[in-house]
Amino acid sequence: MLAEILRRLVATIPVMVVVALAVFALLHVTPGDPAVIIAGDYATGDDIARIRTRLGLDQPFHVQVGIWLGRIVRGDLGTSIFSGLPVATLIGQRAATTIWLTLFAMLISVGIGVPAGVVAAWRRGSWIDRAVMVFAVSGFSMPTFWLGFILVYVFAITAGWLPVQGYLPMASGLWPFFSHLILPALTLSLVYMALIARMTRASMLGVLEEDYIRTAFAKGLAPRWVLIRHALKNASLPVVTIIGIGFALLIGGAVVTESVFALPGLGRLTVDAIVRRDYPVIQGVLLVVSGVYVLINLVVDVLYVVLDPRIRY
Amino acid sequence: MTQLDRRQFLAGATATAAALAAPSVHAQKAGGTLRFVAQADLKILDPVWTTAYITRNHSYLVYDTLFGTDEKLQVRPQMVDRHSVSRDGMKYSFTLRDGLKWHDGQPVVAEDCVESLKRWMKKDRFGRLLAAHGPRLAAADRKTFTLELGEKFGPVLEALGKPSSNVPFMMPARIAATSADEQIKEIVGSGPFRFVKDEWQPGNQVVYVKHADYVPRRVHLDKVVWRYMPDAATAAAALAAGEIDWWEIPPIDFIAKVEQNSALSTFLPDALGTQGWLRPNHLHPPFNNKKARQALLHMMSQETYLQAAIGVSKYFRTCASVFACAGPYASKAGAEGLDRQNMERARQLVKESGYDGRPVTVVHITDIGFLNAAALVTRELMTAAGFNVDLKAMDWSTGLAVRAKKDPPDKGGWNVLHTWWMAADVMHPAVHFGVSGAGPGAWFGWPEIPQLEKLITDFVRATDQPRRKQLAEEVQKVALDEVAYVPWGEWMQPTAFRKNVNGILKFIAPLFWNVSIA
Repeated sequence: MLAEILRRLVATIPVMVVVALAVFALLHVTPGDPAVIIAGDYATGDDIARIRTRLGLDQPFHVQVGIWLGRIVRGDLGTSIFSGLPVATLIGQRAATTIWLTLFAMLISVGIGVPAGVVAAWRRGSWIDRAVMVFAVSGFSMPTFWLGFILVYVFAITAGWLPVQGYLPMASGLWPFFSHLILPALTLSLVYMALIARMTRASMLGVLEEDYIRTAFAKGLAPRWVLIRHALKNASLPVVTIIGIGFALLIGGAVVTESVFALPGLGRLTVDAIVRRDYPVIQGVLLVVSGVYVLINLVVDVLYVVLDPRIRY
Repeated sequence: MTQLDRRQFLAGATATAAALAAPSVHAQKAGGTLRFVAQADLKILDPVWTTAYITRNHSYLVYDTLFGTDEKLQVRPQMVDRHSVSRDGMKYSFTLRDGLKWHDGQPVVAEDCVESLKRWMKKDRFGRLLAAHGPRLAAADRKTFTLELGEKFGPVLEALGKPSSNVPFMMPARIAATSADEQIKEIVGSGPFRFVKDEWQPGNQVVYVKHADYVPRRVHLDKVVWRYMPDAATAAAALAAGEIDWWEIPPIDFIAKVEQNSALSTFLPDALGTQGWLRPNHLHPPFNNKKARQALLHMMSQETYLQAAIGVSKYFRTCASVFACAGPYASKAGAEGLDRQNMERARQLVKESGYDGRPVTVVHITDIGFLNAAALVTRELMTAAGFNVDLKAMDWSTGLAVRAKKDPPDKGGWNVLHTWWMAADVMHPAVHFGVSGAGPGAWFGWPEIPQLEKLITDFVRATDQPRRKQLAEEVQKVALDEVAYVPWGEWMQPTAFRKNVNGILKFIAPLFWNVSIA
């Protein structure tokens, strides 16, 4: 198993190289020019050309790629064209917000979505089942930004229980930290909660038809024990897959949530960088996020083995 | 009291008069943190390297200027204690105030100002005009420096007190020695607040703390935190909930809601306003033809543009002048075509221009509301005038790259674009980019009108106001006859804040030294 994990980790290197090249190429065919943005309103053509030269943007594509990859190998993600700050510093400033937001959202999604799906499958056709499905369809249908504003209006402006916006680190105190994450995490989690609930229900329905489940009930085992120990464990592979994909989607979906709640996360860093064509920042963030995706997939694959001993790599 | 009066009297610049017009009458209280939502994300810290208004506004916290401009547009001494001009107007001498200190504790000396001005003159339009008149800058002693002109240049003090980008902010000589094409790496000023680099998070917040040694005024706040909130609804909710104190630029759609909240106030800090532009590209057909450009002037209906782009009539006004209507050079000279829409005449001019029906590329910026609306109005009016309009939709960043292209429209270039400038940047010919006729050296659109360049040179060489006013009118006549650009009106931007915020001043940028929290 350990050898397999190591092999998979090594295999991520070519994946990352391909991702890096694709990102670099995409950015260079995108219209826009950071030199023009920097040069400002009073610049002449010569001013813009001088800035392009200083930034190395006048070099041929392969030279620029070579310089960038050389830096990456040395662990240097480059420097923001605009702020002059290292990309690693910018990512470091933002990573904690996105990580906590994603973890909280996933915790809420799994914590509510899985039990809701299990109960809906167990009580198939009942009002509980229908209520869970209505909730799931609503969850899919609600735009994130709309839900965010509704939650802000109800819980922050009207009730005054929670802050409207912003992020405070844990060092500021547990309640300030949590209170700033509750609404964004709820907003972000709804769609995944719905997805996980539906997937769990569908998977559980298949497993609950199996003979060994009927046998377990016939032996007189408590329904809770049968559902969790026997049914859920065997129904969990698709759910784990969805959770893995959900992590990746959550990081992407955080862009809107971070904007609505003015959270300084990686999503907004990326969008701001794209708006200004701050190439080193875009490349750095996408590379790091791609790495995280690859690692999440690896963790999901390892979990398959833990959950189903029949699976071997 | 004597000391306070002296400070108020001597300080003058920028806000002494303006302070009287501040929107609050509460007693000012020292200390506290002000949470401010800025108009944009601060990414560039060097006020000479960029003309971005957000960088200019940041610099008003960190840096100070030799002269400032008060609410009545009068130049007043700021860091300068006294100055003198030789009888022939060719030699200026400036002596700095006592007690000026940089944020690192070092005293401000004349050499710092000399280096700062030299760097600024390499980038700024007004500065370059001054530089073209052969000024020799030299420190006479630690507190005094001189500026000796090679050729006559009238508005020296106006140049040094220029309020908008690029503002001649003062920096320590070692920092000002940085090439004007490179960004400074160290942020040290002598302004009312010190920039806290460790707490700067581009895209999120900028933190400033009080500069205790600031001269000549007393700073009330201990700390100012700028937040960047890209979503207006979030900023509105945060202001209503008391999580922020001051929102610099609420969209005009939000103002009515803000005014309904008894805890909030609005205020017009810059009554001079902002001017919208429609700029034709003079390099390519059809607008390399004067008659086709004049058709744009005659089709203009500023009311239509302003209704579509701004919407609330109390915040906009039509203005048939290329110079800011609230400024000293506003005039209707040569503005007959601009003053009243004449679509019949526009259609006739299009025909006379020999326009062959080729598509006219109009840059359509979709992510800035008022530019989006302006482009849509332009399409309607140009179509009615007989042009075959091709709207090219793009975001602002792409638009910046496109506008710099001199290629023909079918090869990625453009024919018409829209932009805006604060009134301070269109106040007179020496700062106004729209009236430059310098061809390749002119603003995007590159009109080549030598007569304009000559008039602008005459303007900066004139030393009396009536002559300058007359020259400004000449500039306007030529600019409108040649249709260097077409102004589509002016609008004012209110600011919103909680009622416990006092001392907001009338100025083109938010100033914080006079602000306090009750």
